[in-house]
Amino acid sequence: MANLTLSVNGNSVNVDVDPNTPILWVLRDHINLVGTKFGCGIGQCGACTIHLNGTAIRSCSVPVSSADGKKITTIEGLSDDASHPVQQAWIAHDVPQCGYCQAGQIMTAAAFLSDNPSPSDSDISEAMNGNICRCGTYTRIHAAVKTAAKNS
Amino acid sequence: MISKHSDNHRRQFLKVSAAAGGGLLFGFNFMACESKPAIAEFLPPEIQMPEVWNEMNGFLKIGENGIVTIKSPNPEIGQNVKTAMPMIIAEELDVDWANVVVEQAPLDTEKYQRQIAGGSQSIRFGWKGLRQTGAKIRHILLAAAAKKLDVPVDELSTDNGIITHAASGQSLGYGEVAADAVTIEIPEEVPVKDPKDFKIIGQSKKNVDGFDLVQGKPLFGLDIKKEGMLIAMITHPPAFGMKIKSLDDSKAKGMPGIKDVVRINVEPAGWNPQWSDVNAYPELVAVVGNTTWEVMQAKKELNIEWEAESPAENTADHFTTLSELIKSGKGEVARHDGDVDKAFADAETIIEKTYTAPFLAHNTMEPMNFFANVTADKAELEGPIQTPMFLEGTLEGVLGIPKENISIMMTRMGGGFGRRLYGHFGTEAALISQKMKAPIKLVYTREDDMTQGTYRPAYMVTYKAGLDADGKLTAFEIKGAGIPGSPVFANRYPAGAVDNYRVENFELTTNISTGAWRAPRSNFIATAEQSFLDEIAEAAGKDPIDFRLELFEKAKTNPVGEENDYDAARYAGVLELVKEKSGWSPSGKGSGRGVSAYYCHNSYVAQVLDVEMDGDTPKVKKVHCAVDCGIVINPDSAKNQIEGGIVDGIGHALYSAITFKNGVPQQSNFDTYKLIRHSEAPVAIETHFVNNSIDPTGLGEPSLPPIGAALANAMYDANGKRYYHQPFTEGRELLG
Repeated sequence: MANLTLSVNGNSVNVDVDPNTPILWVLRDHINLVGTKFGCGIGQCGACTIHLNGTAIRSCSVPVSSADGKKITTIEGLSDDASHPVQQAWIAHDVPQCGYCQAGQIMTAAAFLSDNPSPSDSDISEAMNGNICRCGTYTRIHAAVKTAAKNS
Repeated sequence: MISKHSDNHRRQFLKVSAAAGGGLLFGFNFMACESKPAIAEFLPPEIQMPEVWNEMNGFLKIGENGIVTIKSPNPEIGQNVKTAMPMIIAEELDVDWANVVVEQAPLDTEKYQRQIAGGSQSIRFGWKGLRQTGAKIRHILLAAAAKKLDVPVDELSTDNGIITHAASGQSLGYGEVAADAVTIEIPEEVPVKDPKDFKIIGQSKKNVDGFDLVQGKPLFGLDIKKEGMLIAMITHPPAFGMKIKSLDDSKAKGMPGIKDVVRINVEPAGWNPQWSDVNAYPELVAVVGNTTWEVMQAKKELNIEWEAESPAENTADHFTTLSELIKSGKGEVARHDGDVDKAFADAETIIEKTYTAPFLAHNTMEPMNFFANVTADKAELEGPIQTPMFLEGTLEGVLGIPKENISIMMTRMGGGFGRRLYGHFGTEAALISQKMKAPIKLVYTREDDMTQGTYRPAYMVTYKAGLDADGKLTAFEIKGAGIPGSPVFANRYPAGAVDNYRVENFELTTNISTGAWRAPRSNFIATAEQSFLDEIAEAAGKDPIDFRLELFEKAKTNPVGEENDYDAARYAGVLELVKEKSGWSPSGKGSGRGVSAYYCHNSYVAQVLDVEMDGDTPKVKKVHCAVDCGIVINPDSAKNQIEGGIVDGIGHALYSAITFKNGVPQQSNFDTYKLIRHSEAPVAIETHFVNNSIDPTGLGEPSLPPIGAALANAMYDANGKRYYHQPFTEGRELLG
């Protein structure tokens, strides 16, 4: 166990955890930020996607020790009222079915668009391929990413 | 959890309102965000909660300010009944949808009927009752208003929550008479609206949980956090047919954060399981601790010896045995019209093809989990369950606690697909809680989940068709086999359209647990049937749509037999609609286009799929889909369901399989079990609903079964190869 100070959504947070604990579980069990989801634990489904210094990572596969000195942004930190362009696009296209994968989809899209503000269709598909949607909302996700790109 | 529905709100002036009584604080927090948000077009609506609620009945309460809370009775798996069911009530109540707040109802078998997510039946079963619920409350509100205004009730009208007396120009809001209405007796039945007067039904309304979902609010079972709660994880045997022989938990118990290791048995002696208690592994070891990661680490340190209870099974043997079964001719004949053997003897052309598909896992994105707090005489449960009343029944039997002392709250589910019909995980959480004398959240890893069973059965079917010298279909025979249970529906099309028709069923029992998987049996047989019809059409030199329509014509005008489980006119209707919308023409042959149609769960679906082949890799460009499900409650949401079923069907037909070696599932996570990804989904899906006033039928399942054949037929049209064995591409080699 170690006492770590993390930067999460602009706030300084102290946690007492084994430094090998994946960021996902520190967020969910220790800081009570449950927007970041558990789907597979091996970085294959993307449900756990967060931003580390603005880069999208799969938090189930990154130990919290790696977050030392870096800024963590979770879905809760994207906005306070769903006003982020990606969240707005998700509402516009009424994307979610069950909704479980969508926080991860949104986080991947948000990081991608800040790097690539005018993506092609194949750019979008490639960037989003790491996020599984079991309910099959991919065509809506695709449309929402395009809308968000236009409105960013 | 209270969800506020999201309507198409333009940017509003936001204010912080003080909570009072039942009020809710909706604050605007100016904390730093990473990126500066653009001007937001959609904002969570600011609903001024009333100070006083009037409970009108189990479904709805009306505040003195006219805000209405409607309880959605059924479990929500992403099929969006949480929006559609309240829409139906709101329509007949005649309120403004903008003034509606939706809450999830708990299990309550006295107040609500059929609180099940399954069979695509929520809207179909709920339709009349939900309309009556809204209409009856409107009726007593009018009665109360009539009394208050001292006018005859038939001089009053309603519109969006306002009661008007045209003659005097007086009006009252629902909120002003709700308290008085509560004392008025609710009649047995009242008239409902004419569908042409619908204002809410038939309009697209946004998902009531939409704003919460895109913000990552805690809506799911896995998100539950309660005072004193411990985390539990189970370990089940690695192979079907095995059980625990011995357990050494000494190392696990000593790991950081671990409270205890316990053993449970969800099937105690003398207790009778219900249909929903499918479970290959009733005896489990559970590790209990403070946090999920700590429990995961301790789980790895369990030392368990397993022993065989029944023979281990292998995939290679499965398909060999199914083939032998079908050829044995010793099946159960479920239907025989005319004389099939004579018809085959007389036939000019005979076509015989065999189709197969493997076991499939459900793989809901949210793994199995449940919260339970069981004390000496009470059980409080909360979590993702498609069949809460059956879970309640099982808990009563297994815990020995009467139903009145059991409560089950339903969380929003991260997917169902039939997996959560079987609530063993709820029973497991309850037993662990009972043993630990503490509140427990049980969590499954993806590996625990994917290898636990309750799979879609593996199937094999052999179709045989006979054509006469004129290319007319004279004989049709289906031999279906499954592990377990034949996939064939004997009375479905083309039964009724062929003079000589026979169905023979075979089944192979197994120790692998299986269960309903989105559109049970249909999810395989439709692909096989609709692919086979294409081959017959080709042999007869006919266009595949025309060929099907001819058969429907016969089923309509001169049907064979009486028990034909479909309406040929409606079935032909969706084919004709998709033909029109897709611009289908016989001259389009060779362009990579395939057609399919199926009727299941009371709804009719026809699809045309356009594919481009990149070598052996299909790229689905477009799907046109025509649907007849009667009245459509929420059009955009209905389209979402249709799209989802299509993507689901394509993905599993192409990529997915669970295989076995010595009873051990060879796939345990998404690195070995492939699910369809973003770049593999159709580029575009266009859905068209038949416009009629038939009572609504379901949409959760119907679009999935036919799409596998639309794809297979399209791939044949593109590259001349027929596809008989699922998964069609990657993973084929898994099955040998």
